[in-house]
Amino acid sequence: MEIVKTIKLIHDYIVRDEEGNETGKVRAIDGVDLDVAPGQFIAVLGHNGSGKSTLAKHLNALLYPSEGQVIIDGFDTTDDAHLWDIRQEAGMVFQNPDNQIIGQIVEEDVGFGPENMGVPTKEIWERVEESLKTVGMWELRKKSPNRLSGGQKQRVSIAGVIAMHPKCIIMDEPTAMLDPSGRHEVIRAARALNQVEHITIILITHYMEEAIYADKVFVMDEGKIALQGTPREVFSQVDRMKELHLDVPQVTLLAHELRKAGIDIPEGILTKEELAQALHLSKPKETRA
Amino acid sequence: MASTIRLAVCVLLSRVPVGYILRGMKTIMVLLLITVLFNLFLTPGRTLVSFWKFTITWEGLFFSIKMAVRLIFLIIASTLMTLTTSPNQLTDALESVLGPLKKIHVPVHEISMMMSIALRFIPILMEETDKIMKAQMARGADFESGNLINKIKAMVPLLVPLFISAFRRANDLAMAMEARCYHGGDGRTKMKPLIYKRRDASAYVLLCAFLACCITTRVLGI
Repeated sequence: MEIVKTIKLIHDYIVRDEEGNETGKVRAIDGVDLDVAPGQFIAVLGHNGSGKSTLAKHLNALLYPSEGQVIIDGFDTTDDAHLWDIRQEAGMVFQNPDNQIIGQIVEEDVGFGPENMGVPTKEIWERVEESLKTVGMWELRKKSPNRLSGGQKQRVSIAGVIAMHPKCIIMDEPTAMLDPSGRHEVIRAARALNQVEHITIILITHYMEEAIYADKVFVMDEGKIALQGTPREVFSQVDRMKELHLDVPQVTLLAHELRKAGIDIPEGILTKEELAQALHLSKPKETRA
Repeated sequence: MASTIRLAVCVLLSRVPVGYILRGMKTIMVLLLITVLFNLFLTPGRTLVSFWKFTITWEGLFFSIKMAVRLIFLIIASTLMTLTTSPNQLTDALESVLGPLKKIHVPVHEISMMMSIALRFIPILMEETDKIMKAQMARGADFESGNLINKIKAMVPLLVPLFISAFRRANDLAMAMEARCYHGGDGRTKMKPLIYKRRDASAYVLLCAFLACCITTRVLGI
């Protein structure tokens, strides 16, 4: 069974004028069908305003569908009786690390989720230790979040979600405000969670390089899913991606241009190593020609 | 006398370096000096020394010493508390002290949660103010020159962006809290519950003894 499933999901934002009268609707999500199997690493791409953050909020029952359905591990998000089950099972990491850390020291923040769930004190400590160790922040547990770097803060936020023992973590542009080394830290933590703990990860991002590790990539445009498939399938459509105002990873772009220039290499190359390999293989043919 | 001993014991028990506490006294030096001088010269009573227009009386001398000691003790005691108790422990304590008020529907948990969030956001908002100030200075705003009133006036344009960003942060934070199952104080467990231990009991006993001591000395008129 899918852990996350949306069926014809539609979300309208109501636009109001200064007096608060309804003047219109903006359709942020328009008929999205999403199926995510447990243990997958999913990337959702899209330019600004493509509806990807709105989609993320639906998966945690922070927003409710205008039409259609969102089903998280068998629970419908509109069913209030299971609201806390949904929020526990589908954890959420937001963009700005400063605005999601509640505690004044690292360990207190990680304990916040379990505290809300009513976990007994002793178990809270076990969970805090376990999740801080998972993201490699155990040594800094007594620090104030204000003294941490962006990447470290974001890892604390992830630990805070892990401590709630979710089956799925939705990350809404967790790296958007970080420097390259911080981005690397966070993505590494996310991949480790997926591979070691088998937690389903839904990573929403606009950095293409982060999406190449995903099992499946969804590209959103104007509230619809414009492209989907494995990273290789999606990124091999360089021209289509450009139409959607998105880049492909630099290496893929380079390979694409090389191919256009007549060099015999396959489409959809994702890493430098692959490109080197492909160029190496294509070389003999070139010399023969 | 009794309070001197008590404070000294507290300082020793807390293991806070004494120099650190004494450094905190610098800030109140001016206030201390003014109080002492006023009390010294302006208290009527038996003359001790007198020169030109000033007279120092016995009463004035005693009174000013008493005031100085009181002020110093006050500062030491409060620095000691803030140095040994984290803000979170304080808000937790507040929550448990106000606990009984829950019966008359005072939102005790919410108040203490608000306080701890406010404390958490103070450094962030300070940083933000600094950023906005620098951004405005880069575009020619002047925060330095002029008298006090001008300086205050120059701060007004800071408030609007600061408030907007604070509201935005509050909105984000509320969503993040909800996403982590926050739903008020009901059914919430504590990671660091406040539990009475032996030493809390002994602290209570000592405090009561000290209070009794103070009251008896007062009543007996020593």
